[in-house]
Amino acid sequence: MEINKFIENFADQLNDTEISEITSTTVFKDLDEWSSLTALSIIAMVDEEYDVILKGDDIRNANTIEDLFNIVSSK
Amino acid sequence: MAYIRFNNCSIVGMSAGVPRHIEPTISTTDQYAVEEYMATTGIIEKRFSNDYTTSDLCLPAAEHLISDLGWNKQDIDGLFFISQTHDYILPATACVLHGKLGLPKSCMSLDISLGCSGWIYGVATAMGMVESGSLRKVLVLAGDARKHANEEPDQLFGYAGTVTAIEYNPHKSAPVMIQLGTDGTGYDAIIRPGGGSRNPLTQKSLTLEKCEDGRMRHALQTRMKGMDVFAFGITIAPKSIKQLSKEFGFDYLDYDYFVFHQANRMMNETIRKKLKLDADKVPYSMTHFGNTSSASIPLTIVTQLAGKLEDRKKIIGCAFGVGLSWGTIAFETDNLVISPLVELPI
Repeated sequence: MEINKFIENFADQLNDTEISEITSTTVFKDLDEWSSLTALSIIAMVDEEYDVILKGDDIRNANTIEDLFNIVSSK
Repeated sequence: MAYIRFNNCSIVGMSAGVPRHIEPTISTTDQYAVEEYMATTGIIEKRFSNDYTTSDLCLPAAEHLISDLGWNKQDIDGLFFISQTHDYILPATACVLHGKLGLPKSCMSLDISLGCSGWIYGVATAMGMVESGSLRKVLVLAGDARKHANEEPDQLFGYAGTVTAIEYNPHKSAPVMIQLGTDGTGYDAIIRPGGGSRNPLTQKSLTLEKCEDGRMRHALQTRMKGMDVFAFGITIAPKSIKQLSKEFGFDYLDYDYFVFHQANRMMNETIRKKLKLDADKVPYSMTHFGNTSSASIPLTIVTQLAGKLEDRKKIIGCAFGVGLSWGTIAFETDNLVISPLVELPI
């Protein structure tokens, strides 16, 4: 599993944020367009791309995209 | 393991009642625009009215279906009412409906308290009594409507009451196959905490408190851990369908229609893709009726599949939600009678 691909997949779930604006250290909950609906898109993406089911606590406990990447990698 | 096979039961009819009033989806938060909400949930509008209880919606739908089936009310031996919005704390709403429908005193009446998964549980419970021929004609009434505290329309949920008629039929060719499951550790994932015995009704029950999603609610309003429910649904629904088909040795891809609990579009589409199902095999009613709790599978069949079931059709229904509770049913239609949608006046 590779973080650049994860960032790309993450960016695909966003409508108003360009991939160039996102790095592994981006605090995703601070993104203007982050909402409870985006969270569901991320859970669905991680399930489809990585066959991993994220729980609410996983999203809550992660701050940066790298944090989330590490949670997905550990499952 | 709750795998059940019924060889002597047929689903012979379905009907549904909804309020005529249409409530369009609006934005109730600055978190996201209404278009984004509609794209994610799939819900454009829903039926809403605080004039009708669930039993009010079920009653005319039951009258229509009994008439369309040509049933004699004196022959009905069982009435099962599945809902989490009963008319009274007591008595059971099934008894109230029994009286209003004018059913015979020999007819048993039973309430079951389940939400999203409720229709499949109700059908399974009813068929359990019909399978031996002890009961011959029963009605399963399922749905949710007016909440226990007067509320503004929730953007996700629409109101509906449905009726499913089940008959003893020892000569049928195809069995009805069902799987049921529970994860009670998730009991608080969707919960209306106040007004029961755990948190009895007091003046404080109506005090607004901040919920996990940042919204203010009082204890008689339902709150949901959205991310956890989403993760649960996309995991359990494909698993349950695969387990049922493995247990009874059939290929689920041979089925004609997959009628899922109408949770929200993103969740249902994720499930559809995981099972590799063609979009035209997966009807939706949520677009115009919202998430209708235990009514969602029969309401989807009544509103989306009427006219498409003339020949025998193989249907899988799968529902998941509050409890946490889930179920999958596989059955074949055979001259299924579907009454036109009953719309109750504003």
